[in-house]
Order: sequence, then structure tokens, then C-alpha cells
Amino acid sequence: MLQAEGVWFRYARDRPWVLTGDDLGIEAGEVLGLCGPSGGGKSTLGRVLAGHLRPDRGRVTVDGAVPRPRRAPHPVQLVLQQPERAIDPRWTVRQALAATGAELDGLDERLVHRDWLDRYPHEISGGELQRVNLARALLVRPRYLVADEISASLDAVTQARIWTLLLEHCREAGIGVLAISHDRPLLETVAGRVLDRSPVPDAAG
Amino acid sequence: MTGTLLEVHGLEVDFVQYERGLRRRTVHALTGMDLTADAGEVVALVGASGAGKSLLASAVLGLLPANAVERGNVLFDGVRQDAAGRRRHAGRGMTLLPQATGFLDPLATVGRQVRRSAQLAGHDDPRGAAAQALARRGLGPEVLRRYPHELSGGMARRVLVAMATLSSPRVLLADEPTTGLPPADVGATLRELRTMADEGCAVVLITHELRAALEVADHVVICREGRTVDTADPAAFTGDGDALTHPFTRALWQALPGNGFRVAEGV
Repeated sequence: MLQAEGVWFRYARDRPWVLTGDDLGIEAGEVLGLCGPSGGGKSTLGRVLAGHLRPDRGRVTVDGAVPRPRRAPHPVQLVLQQPERAIDPRWTVRQALAATGAELDGLDERLVHRDWLDRYPHEISGGELQRVNLARALLVRPRYLVADEISASLDAVTQARIWTLLLEHCREAGIGVLAISHDRPLLETVAGRVLDRSPVPDAAG
Repeated sequence: MTGTLLEVHGLEVDFVQYERGLRRRTVHALTGMDLTADAGEVVALVGASGAGKSLLASAVLGLLPANAVERGNVLFDGVRQDAAGRRRHAGRGMTLLPQATGFLDPLATVGRQVRRSAQLAGHDDPRGAAAQALARRGLGPEVLRRYPHELSGGMARRVLVAMATLSSPRVLLADEPTTGLPPADVGATLRELRTMADEGCAVVLITHELRAALEVADHVVICREGRTVDTADPAAFTGDGDALTHPFTRALWQALPGNGFRVAEGV
């Protein structure tokens, strides 16, 4: 289980709290939706869960222990909205995937076609690059995946295709998913249950 | 105040880029855009990011960078205009409501920027017009003294709307005006665009959110990978999409969460 226990976070000591004692639990293999207006701390919570940000108080545990990845990849992987910012434009798709340190044999070929491997990010479409981005996160065999607005800039057909592929992979591998989006109908379609996060009064502008 | 205000026919845009050394290559960014907007209409231009929607707006306003090569015809108020001619109408007759709040000057107060817009639009009392334009959108006089970084996303968006509408444009190109806004603000922004159209403006609403577009649009133009593929009637987006003639438009509708989330093959 991926669990946040009484997590508090603020970006600086003179900034308002973004997370105020948040609790959240995701079972292995579960898809949990998280929605709410912008500025509500959804993405911050996702970053804390994936270990990109350290909570000021409280803790995040994976299967009962605080993850301390030194040489191994973090068991919670984060995927963001814009794949073009997540992948070095001077690397081919193969190089970007190989940089994870994992063997490319484990690559999900439903997500990434073999003939994309030797292309550069600008030589495939935005939807295809997002599939590469997802495949890269899955290549390190995470236990959990935080998908933060991963389809927000894609057309509806590409969105449906990406989610179908992702859910299939996660169901097979027993990966728990936190799906963050402002799009409630999307979450109701992909997630088993949906949490609505209202903005923290202090943080709302 | 009727008639076609904006016509775009077969607009193509290429970018010439240098890769290593002097090796040049041409990127075909727009490969055939068609769009017509009449006075009193909201025309929605719908497509994924990267499909060329924002680029169309820049091209229409004659704001493309120097390495762009453009083909096709753009008519404003029935007269064919080259890029330089269109640039002269930019902000005077044809106005962009920009997508990003980064279009505000970070070093100038909101009041100064809105007053400048009012001045350029020829208002006799820019100060009064600016305050009034903000007040109409629920922003008090204290906002005039703030800098852009002191505004929330929604407030900055309302400031941009105020600036874009001060010149009473005949054609308004609204580029993703609702992205990232809470639902209540989305509704208010779309209603404002609808009102402008009802008062005789031709509004082009650029968005990747099909559902939001359907609420206010008179026509929906679908674009994909640099070209427009279909123009549809919003009323046809209903049920299983049987009334939609183009396969890609139907696939878009059926792929929406709530409409089946179906992945169509071969479109």
C-alpha cells in the first residue's frame, strides 16, 4: 500500500501551507482518482508521494516502509503532462529509455513501437512521446505510478488509447495508480474511486 | 453588422530551420487550414496541442517569425490581406486573447498595462475605461496596483480578457481562454465570449476541450496535425455521434470519457 500519513508541506517557510495533514492510501493494483481546482495542491501531493518533495511533517510509506532508494529507482514513479519537457531532445527514444538502467527487453511493446526507438523526440507525435514517457516510468518496475494530468494536452482519441494501454499494463503488473486530473468525467471512467480536493483556503489566490 | 469578417483558405505555414551547420530543413507546421467566421458567431477551433491551433492565430494576425513561409489566403472583412496588412489590423479590429499569462509584462503594474490597452484603443479616459473594464469582471481597484505575479491564474486571465476587449474588436481570436480555470470561471469566460459575438463580433474560440466548445459555439472546426479536417454543427454532437459525418470527428466524440471512452482504430 502507498500511504501518506498526516503530510504537511509548504514550498518555503514564508509561504502558506499547501498540504495540511493529508492522509491518502492506494492499494496495490488500485486506480485512485484525485480531482479538484487548480491551486488545490493536487500536483504537490503527487510529488510528495513520488519522493520528489520531502514533506515537512508526516511521512509517505510504500508497503509499510519509507522508501530510501539509493541506487535503485524509486518504487513510486511520477509522470507529468508534458513529455517534451521530460525527455532530453538530443537523445533518441532508445537512449532515453536506456538511461533508466533497465534492460529494454522489459519494454511494453504495446506502448512503444520498435520503430520509434531510433527516432528523436521531435520526430514522433506528442501522444507517441507521452507513451514513451509512460513506458520509461514502467520500465523500472515501479509499485505505484502517479499520473499527473498525463492526457490533458492530448486529443480525446489519443487520451482514450493511452489510458487503455496504461490500465492494461498496471492491471497485469499489479501497479497502483494515482490519477490526477481536473477532468472529473475522465477520472470516473478510469478510476475505481475519486477524491475531490478543495483548495486550501490560504493557498487560493 | 453581418457578413463574413474572417476567412482563411488553404493556409499553409512552413518553418525553415537550420540543423547542424548550414544544413537546412523545412518543417511543415500547417498543411491546409480553412476557417470562416461571420459577425455574431462563435467558431470553435478544436484539436490536440501541436495540431497548429495557436499557430493559426499567430498567422492570421501576421505575427509569424521571420523564418516562416506562408501560403494561402486570409481575408479580413472581405479583403485579402498579406501578412503585413494583417499585422496592421492586429489589436485594431482583430485582437488576440492570448493563452498564457506570460503575455503580461511582469515589470509593469496591471493598471499601467490595462490603461495602455485603453489608450491604444482610443478611449478618451483610459484611466476610467481601465478601471471600468476590470470592475466589469469582478476585479476591484486594488488590482490596478498589483504586478502580474501577485494575481492568481483566474485573475490574470480576467485581466487579459479586459485588455483584449477594450478595443471592441470585430474579430477576437481567443486562444485556450479557459485552460486551468475552475468550472465557475470557465462558464463566465465562455458566456462573455458569447455576449461579444451576440453584439456583432466574430469570435474564434481555440480550445482542446470539445465539451466546453459545444456550449457556446455556432460551428465547430476540427483540426488535426496542421490541417482542418471537418466543420460540424454543435447539435450533431449527441448520442452516439451518428449525425457526425467525418470519421475523425465521430472518433473524437466517442472517445470522450462518458461517451464510451472508445479507441477507434484507423482514424
